[in-house]
Amino acid sequence: MSHEEQMTQVTDAPITDLSKQASGGEDPHIVSRRWLLLKAGVALNGIVGLALAVPIVRYLFAPWKKDASYDSWVSLGQAEAFPVGETRLAFYKNPFQRSWDGATDNVACYVRRLGTQEFQVFAINCAHLGCPVRWFPQSQLFMCPCHGGVYYSDGSRASGPPERGLFTYGWKLVSGELQIDAGQMPTLSNQAKLVNIKLGDGDSPCRG
Amino acid sequence: MPRMKQVYTWLERRLQLEGPVKDAVLHPVPRNTASWFYVFGSAAFTLLFLQIFTGILLALVYVPSAGEAWTSLNVLNHQIPLGWYVRALHGWGSNFMVAIVLIHMAQVFLFGAYKFPRELTWILGVFLLLMTLGMAFTGQVLRFDQDAYWGLGIGASIMSRVPWIGGGLVHLLLGGPIIAGATLSRFFALHVFVIPGSMLLFAGLHVWMVLKLGVNEWPMPGRIVRRETYVEEYNQLAHHDGIPFVPGAFWKDLVFSGAVIAAVGVCALVFGPYGPTGVPDPSIIQTVPKPDFFFLWIYTVLSYLPPDMETPFILIAPIVGIAILLAIPFYASEGEKSWHRRPVAVLAVSTLAVCWGVLTSLGTSTPWSPHMSAWSSDPLPVEKLRTATPLVRQGAAVFQAKQCRNCHAIGGSGGERGPALDDVATRMTMDQMRFKVVTGGGNMPAYGKNLSPVEIEALVSFLETLHPANEPPAFNPAGQQAFDTSQAPSGTAGRANSPASRSTEP
Repeated sequence: MSHEEQMTQVTDAPITDLSKQASGGEDPHIVSRRWLLLKAGVALNGIVGLALAVPIVRYLFAPWKKDASYDSWVSLGQAEAFPVGETRLAFYKNPFQRSWDGATDNVACYVRRLGTQEFQVFAINCAHLGCPVRWFPQSQLFMCPCHGGVYYSDGSRASGPPERGLFTYGWKLVSGELQIDAGQMPTLSNQAKLVNIKLGDGDSPCRG
Repeated sequence: MPRMKQVYTWLERRLQLEGPVKDAVLHPVPRNTASWFYVFGSAAFTLLFLQIFTGILLALVYVPSAGEAWTSLNVLNHQIPLGWYVRALHGWGSNFMVAIVLIHMAQVFLFGAYKFPRELTWILGVFLLLMTLGMAFTGQVLRFDQDAYWGLGIGASIMSRVPWIGGGLVHLLLGGPIIAGATLSRFFALHVFVIPGSMLLFAGLHVWMVLKLGVNEWPMPGRIVRRETYVEEYNQLAHHDGIPFVPGAFWKDLVFSGAVIAAVGVCALVFGPYGPTGVPDPSIIQTVPKPDFFFLWIYTVLSYLPPDMETPFILIAPIVGIAILLAIPFYASEGEKSWHRRPVAVLAVSTLAVCWGVLTSLGTSTPWSPHMSAWSSDPLPVEKLRTATPLVRQGAAVFQAKQCRNCHAIGGSGGERGPALDDVATRMTMDQMRFKVVTGGGNMPAYGKNLSPVEIEALVSFLETLHPANEPPAFNPAGQQAFDTSQAPSGTAGRANSPASRSTEP
């Protein structure tokens, strides 16, 4: 049978060096011309590869930018559209967009108007894992459909797995228009450092 | 016929494949490996090719653009003849592939196949498992619907938890600042080029090593693997008690692979394709995103982890898990192969299987998620209110209107986030309920600021009526008797609520 050598070569002993086999038992101290040329060829390809790798890595990491380079002020429309004392769903087109984005550019957020000149703008994304929270005006709560995170009307955490309150956008009023500082998906990486994390500090009268 | 022979000879002269193919086909395998336990690897390999084939068919129509993908999936489902069936084959093929790969892994683990000299075969197998899961996830993304969109959001939120470089990783994952066109394009590249290419390479090497090293022999208790003697012992076994791989063992592989493909075909026919669900428009927030079947267990874990454990767990557990899998063949490269002598291995596999089953089944029912429309869609059972006082009815209205029902079930409908309240009055006194409603706690929000005193009183009066007819509500023996009598709800509870009758019926 031609299968007698089945597995016989499997030992952990070192395998003979290819260059020694190929040189036909020549003196290992002598570097033959063709092996030198082969090494030169390998070196040349290595250098070319490295030279190409630099632009390729730069290309691959192109999306990796500072937060500020994605963010800009976006209008949510006239401030009058948001009644005082209420929380309303608002929409904007993400400022960083491409023509083939389809509907994914339509970003939603919650605008809570506390007074004529005072707003809170919450991200739609749950601070836990980013699912879209829903506002229930009757009970004044935001609820998340994914893992059951709940927030109070001021965005602070009420219950469930989130570690913190809802993400907020910076806002300003420009000649009666409400603008927010937006542009990227709010996550712990770009929001955690901006907001104090308060666990379980909600609307409860007993928690002060 | 002679003409066919001529053609064959002409081709063989040039290709010279006959020798290597004969070697592979006729190589002897130990007789008892021609077993139905040894068919899962070849079935996984077959499914890989089914997936590649159906994937290419889908790529003939699918448009990998965030603006068009969802529409092209619907065209496949509804306009291209049998487009729905090819989508269903690909989707069910994916489910079967993950399942068979997991079964294959459990089988080779229990049969000790990762031991010397097959350590590298196992390691490549671990990477093949990861790539199979990677294909399942990226495939779900290509089904660019609401689940895909918010699933990506979950992926990005997990990435964002990596210390220091989290933000950059999110940008890399999404191809930009938000889930958009660039995101779908890069997941398309991963799903269609990067991962399948690596999978073909790894699966090829995996099979090559199975042919070169021989398939793992059937483990016998007491037959110990030793580096010095194993190869010789295996060759003895394969040659003296062996049969050629084809047809002795291969016919079972063939039959099982055929059966699996047939099962995929039947499932695809009966259950049809997956989705797409709603259009991936993030301004539509009336959605309840859910991952595909094989990721449900992660969904469950993420909802039950305590908040402060979550980030360390998400970031560390997968690395530790993969490291353990990769370390197994080095930790135990010699010794017993038989599961009869490896209680820890058996216990580990069965524990993992049970945990996975429980977590997946919880992920199917998602008891932790509020039922977002329960407050407006689930009516209260009429018998709870038939004899209710106006105050109790007012309380029932508060209960529904303030979304309590989203988390608390009554009469079997409503959310399961909080406890069902059918007999809450037997567990808590009115004072305790009042306190709980106002301050919240545990997993319940505090309603103190969102309910007026009148509403709280009405709500608690309603809750006080929720107890079985033959079981009185809980009461505080130290409480004020006068207060209790005046507040005792009428109706189904009747006079059983009065402190006097409570004391006589303990």
